[in-house]
Amino acid sequence: MKEFIFKSFEEMTGKDYETVGFKSGLEIHQQLLTSKKLFCRCPAGMYSEKYDAEILRHMRPTLSELGEYDGTALMEFKTKKDITYRINRDTICTYEMDDTPPFLINEEALDIALGCGMLFDCSIVDELHIVRKQYLDGSIPTGFQRTAIFALNGKIPFKNRQIDIVQMSIEEDSCREVSDSGHSRIYLADRLGMPLIETVTGPNMKTPFEAAEVAEMCANLVRSTNKMRRGIGSAREDVNVSVDGGTRIEIKGVPKIGRIPLLTYNEAMRQWNLLRLRDELHKRKITKDSFSAKWEDITRLVKKVYYQPVRSAIEQGLSVKCVVLSGFAGLLHWQTQTDTYFSKEISDRVRVIACLTNIPNIIHSDSRGENLTSAEWLNIKRAAGATDDDSMVIVWGNEIDTDTAVKEIIIRAKEAAIGVPSETRQALRDGTNGFERILPGPDRMYPDTDLPPTRITSERLEKLQVNLPEKFWEREDWYNQLAIPQDTIRELSISKFAKLFKYVVNEWKINPTLAAVALIQYPKRLKRNGVDVALINEEMMREIFKAYKDGLLSRHGILVAVRKSIVKGKFYSELLPKPVTTKEIDETISAVKEEMKSIKLFDEENTAKVLMGLVMNKVRINVEGKIVSEKILNHI
Amino acid sequence: MNDNNYKGYRGKALSVLKNFNAQVWSDAEIITANCNYKGIILPRSETADSFHIVIKLRVGYNIGIAADKVLDIKIEGRKEAHYKIPEKEFPTSPNKPKVKLLCTGGTIASRLDYRTGAVIPAFSPGELYSSVPELAHYCNLETEKLYGVFSENMGPEQWIGTAQAIGREIEKGVDGIVIGHGTDTMHHTAAILSFMVQNSPVPIVMVGSQRSSDRPSSDAALNLMHAVKTAAESNIAEVMVCMFGPTSDYYGLLHRGTRVRKMHSSYRSTFRTIGDIPIAKVSRDEIIPLRHDYKQRRKDRNVIINTSFEEKVSIVYYYPNMKPDIIDSLIDNGYKGIVIAGTGLGHVNKPLYPSLKRAHEKGIAVYMTVQTLWGFVQMYVYDTGRDMMELGVVPAANMLPEAAYMKLCWALGQTNDPAKVKEIMLTPIAGEITEREPSNGYLIYQGGLPEVEEFISKYVK
Repeated sequence: MKEFIFKSFEEMTGKDYETVGFKSGLEIHQQLLTSKKLFCRCPAGMYSEKYDAEILRHMRPTLSELGEYDGTALMEFKTKKDITYRINRDTICTYEMDDTPPFLINEEALDIALGCGMLFDCSIVDELHIVRKQYLDGSIPTGFQRTAIFALNGKIPFKNRQIDIVQMSIEEDSCREVSDSGHSRIYLADRLGMPLIETVTGPNMKTPFEAAEVAEMCANLVRSTNKMRRGIGSAREDVNVSVDGGTRIEIKGVPKIGRIPLLTYNEAMRQWNLLRLRDELHKRKITKDSFSAKWEDITRLVKKVYYQPVRSAIEQGLSVKCVVLSGFAGLLHWQTQTDTYFSKEISDRVRVIACLTNIPNIIHSDSRGENLTSAEWLNIKRAAGATDDDSMVIVWGNEIDTDTAVKEIIIRAKEAAIGVPSETRQALRDGTNGFERILPGPDRMYPDTDLPPTRITSERLEKLQVNLPEKFWEREDWYNQLAIPQDTIRELSISKFAKLFKYVVNEWKINPTLAAVALIQYPKRLKRNGVDVALINEEMMREIFKAYKDGLLSRHGILVAVRKSIVKGKFYSELLPKPVTTKEIDETISAVKEEMKSIKLFDEENTAKVLMGLVMNKVRINVEGKIVSEKILNHI
Repeated sequence: MNDNNYKGYRGKALSVLKNFNAQVWSDAEIITANCNYKGIILPRSETADSFHIVIKLRVGYNIGIAADKVLDIKIEGRKEAHYKIPEKEFPTSPNKPKVKLLCTGGTIASRLDYRTGAVIPAFSPGELYSSVPELAHYCNLETEKLYGVFSENMGPEQWIGTAQAIGREIEKGVDGIVIGHGTDTMHHTAAILSFMVQNSPVPIVMVGSQRSSDRPSSDAALNLMHAVKTAAESNIAEVMVCMFGPTSDYYGLLHRGTRVRKMHSSYRSTFRTIGDIPIAKVSRDEIIPLRHDYKQRRKDRNVIINTSFEEKVSIVYYYPNMKPDIIDSLIDNGYKGIVIAGTGLGHVNKPLYPSLKRAHEKGIAVYMTVQTLWGFVQMYVYDTGRDMMELGVVPAANMLPEAAYMKLCWALGQTNDPAKVKEIMLTPIAGEITEREPSNGYLIYQGGLPEVEEFISKYVK
C-alpha cells in the first residue's frame, strides 16, 4: 500500500486522489411527475405528516430464486424490529399496505422513464420484468421494492471522455423514516409507491468534484424532459466510493448534490485509514486467522461506577459486558474520518444491529474522554483478563441485545484485520458517514410473480423519441454562440421553454437575449413580486412573442403582458397596450420638456439623454425606444 | 431432447436457444447489435410469449431480450438454482406437547418455485424449523404432506382423506393438529371437517397465509406460530380457523369452523366469524378466550370420524331475473340437494316456484340460506316465504351458505330420507346454527364516521 496521509479536504489535489485510487459512481434517484403512483391508483406527490391509522409489521428473510439468503436480510432479521407504518387514507390504499396485489404498471410513468433511457443513449430492454428487491429494514411494507431495469449500456460525454450509464430502473419509492429507537422503527407512508427512476453510472469519476459534476449533469438531463417531480426529497443520490485496495461502499440518500464532494472525500479517507489500520494490525501480527477476542459479564464489577450511562444501566437492572480485543491497544482511537475514529465503526454496528440506540452505547479503554476512572478500568482489566496490549470495549443493555452487541463488536474488530467491509452507509450532516447496513447483493432480487412481463415495442419507442428534448449540453453550445446572458444558459437549456426559444429565435428572428431574458428572468422577477409563475405556459409565451414580432408590443411591454396573462390564465389580444400615436408621443415629449425647465442640468450636452429617459419612463410599455429617440432628435 | 433444458420456451425463442445450444440455467453472454448481456438464462413462464429470452443479469435483475435480435450466445458455465430451504433438525423435548402438521397445499406450507410458478409443497419439520425456529418453543412437531393442491382444487377426496388422517393422528395420541390449507376455500374445508370429525379430544387448527411465505412481510410465519401454539396449548377441542385478527403482525383469531368466512380477496385479516364472535384471541405469548362455550380438551381418544359425502349438491346464488332453467338443469342432471342463497330473509322470485315444486317432488332436498350472510332465514314474514316453504324449501336458520352446502353433502351422504336429512340439517352439531345472534355478532363499522375513525386511529389496524 502506498504511503499517503490524507490532507484536509481543502488541501487535497487531483493528484492526491489519483494516488489513493479514488473512484466514484452514482445512483441517481428522481421521482417522475405523474398524476398517480406506480403500481396503484393513489394520487402522487401528496405529502402529509398527518396519519389516520397505524399498522405493525415484522420482516423475515426469505430465500432468493437461486436458493440463497441475502446477507443484509439476515442482518436485518437479527435486529428484530417492530415496524410501525403511519398511513393517511388519502394517499395510501390497501396496495401500499400490502393487503392488495399490485395493479398493472403506470404506463405514464413507464413512458417518462423510457424517454429518459433514450436521452442517456441506452439500449432499451425488449421486455420489462418487474422484480422484487428485498428491503428488510421495513422501509417498504411488503419487505421488497418492485423495480425493473428498462435501459442498459448508455453514456454521457464528460470532459473529453465518457461516463458509462450502466443501467436504469423504474421503481416505487419507499417510506420516510420518522424514528428508530431500540426495537421500534416508525415510518410515514406518504411517499411510498411514488414512481421514480434510478440511473446508475459506472465508477468513472476520479475526484469528489467530478462526482458532483456528473450528478448535476445526470439530474439536468432528465429534468430537461420537464417530467421530473421537483421539490424536497424528489431527487436523491446514492454515491459509491472506493480507493485502491478498498471496497465499493454505497453512501445512501444524499439529498443535495452540493454535499457529494465532502462526503466522498470522507469516505475515501475512511477506507484509506481502515487499510492503514489493517497494515498496523498485520504489523502487530493480528490477521483474520490469528485475531482473538473474549468477553466477560462485568455487571457486578461496575455496580458503583460514577459514569452516568453505565450507572443508569445498573439502576435499570441491565447487563454490562466487556469485550477484550487482543493486541488492539490504542487502535480504537485510530482516525477514520474527520474527527471520527475506529470506535465509531463499532458503536454504529452496536446501534444498528443490537438496537442499542442511546449514544454513547459503548466506551473503550483507548478513549481520551472521561468515562470510568483508571482504578475502575484496572478492576475490569483484571477480571476480563486483559493485558496492556489489548483494548477493552464495554457495552450495556438488556441480556439479549448485549449478547448481540458482543458478537457484533467482535465481528467488526475482526473485519479490521481483513480490510474494508462491504456496507451501505448513511450520509451524515457533517459530511462524514455512518453504518447503515451490510451491502446487499444480487441474492436479494426475486422475480415478481404478481405481474406479467411487459413487452416494449419499437413503435412505442419511436413515438416517444419524437418528443424528446435535445441534449442540454448541445443547447448550451448554441446559446453560447448566441451570446445570451450567462445566467440564463443552464436554466434555459433544461427549461420547458427551450423549444419555444429555438423557434422564436430561428423562425421569428427575435433577439436571443430578449427571448432568453423573457423566458428565464421575467418569471423570476414576477415570482419575487408574489406572482404564481407556475401558470406561465408555452402557449402564452408564444402568443406574447408573436405580438412582439408583429410590432404590437414593445420590448418593455413583454413583462407586463406576461403578468396580465398569468392573471387571465391565457394571453388575449385585449391585454395588449393601446398603440401610441405619433401625436401622443409628441405631446409627451413637449410635456416632459416643460418639466425639464425646472431641472438644472450639470452638463447641457446630456439634455437629449435625460429627455429620452424621462419620456421612456412614460411610454416604454407602448412604444420602442428607437421611435422615441428619432422623435426627440427632431424636437431638439 | 429433454424439454426441461429449455423449460417454458417455445417458437422463435426456443429455436434461437437451441441454435446456440443455450439451455436454461446457462451462465451466458447474449450478444445483440446494441448491447451484450451477461447473466443466467432463466426458464420462461409458460404463459409468456414466444419471442423473448429471459436472463438474470449479474446485478440480480431480470430482463427479456427479443430472440430475433440475438446474434450470438456464448456459454460460460451453468448455475442451476438449488431451491432448497436449509434444513435444521427440529429440536425435541420430552416435556413439550406433540403437534402434527398436516399439509394440504396452499401458501402456508409451500414455497413458490420461481422457475415454473409451481408450488414446492410440504415443509419437513427441519425446513420449517430453519424458516420459523420459534415453532420449537411450543411443541415437538411432526409433519405430513397429505396433498399439494391449491385450495380451489380441494374436493371430496381431499376432505375425506384429511378427516381420516385427523382420526389416525388422534388415535396415535397427538396433543393437537394443525392443517396447512390454501385460504380461498379454507372455510369450506373447516365446515366439512367440523361435521366429519365429531367429538375430537384435541384442537384441530386450520391455518394458511394471505401473503406467500416467499415474501419478507408474509403472514405465514406468525399464523403458523399462532396455530401451533393453539394446537399445543389451547383447551379448545374444536375445528378452528386461525388467521390474523388485524392486518398488523399482532394477534390471530380462532374462528369456529362452521361460522367463519373469507371476507376479503387479499387482506391479511380476511377471515371473520359471521353472526357471532370468535372463540379466542391468540398471540405468540397467550391464548385469551373470548367465550367459554367451546368444547374442552380431553385425555381420551374417543373421536368419531364420519366421512359420508354426497357430491351431487349445489349452491344457487339467487339473483333477480333468475330463470327457472337454472333449477331445472340441476334437477335434470340428477342433483340430490340444492342450497339457495336467497335475498333478504330468504327469497327467490315467483317464476322459480314451479321448478322448486318439481325439485321437491323428485325428492331433492332444497334448503334456504341468506346471501346477506348475517342474520337468520325467516320465511314467515312475507307471503313469498310461506309460499316457498309449501313448495318444500326448508329454511336453514343462520347457517352460512357454504356451511349449509357442506352439511347437506354430509347429510345426503348418510341418508336419502328427506325427514332424516332435515333432522340432520337442522340439528346444530358444531355451531353451524346458533340459537341466538348476539348484538355484537354483526359489526361492519362504516369508515368515514368520526367515531369509527377515532377508533381506527387509537388501535393498530
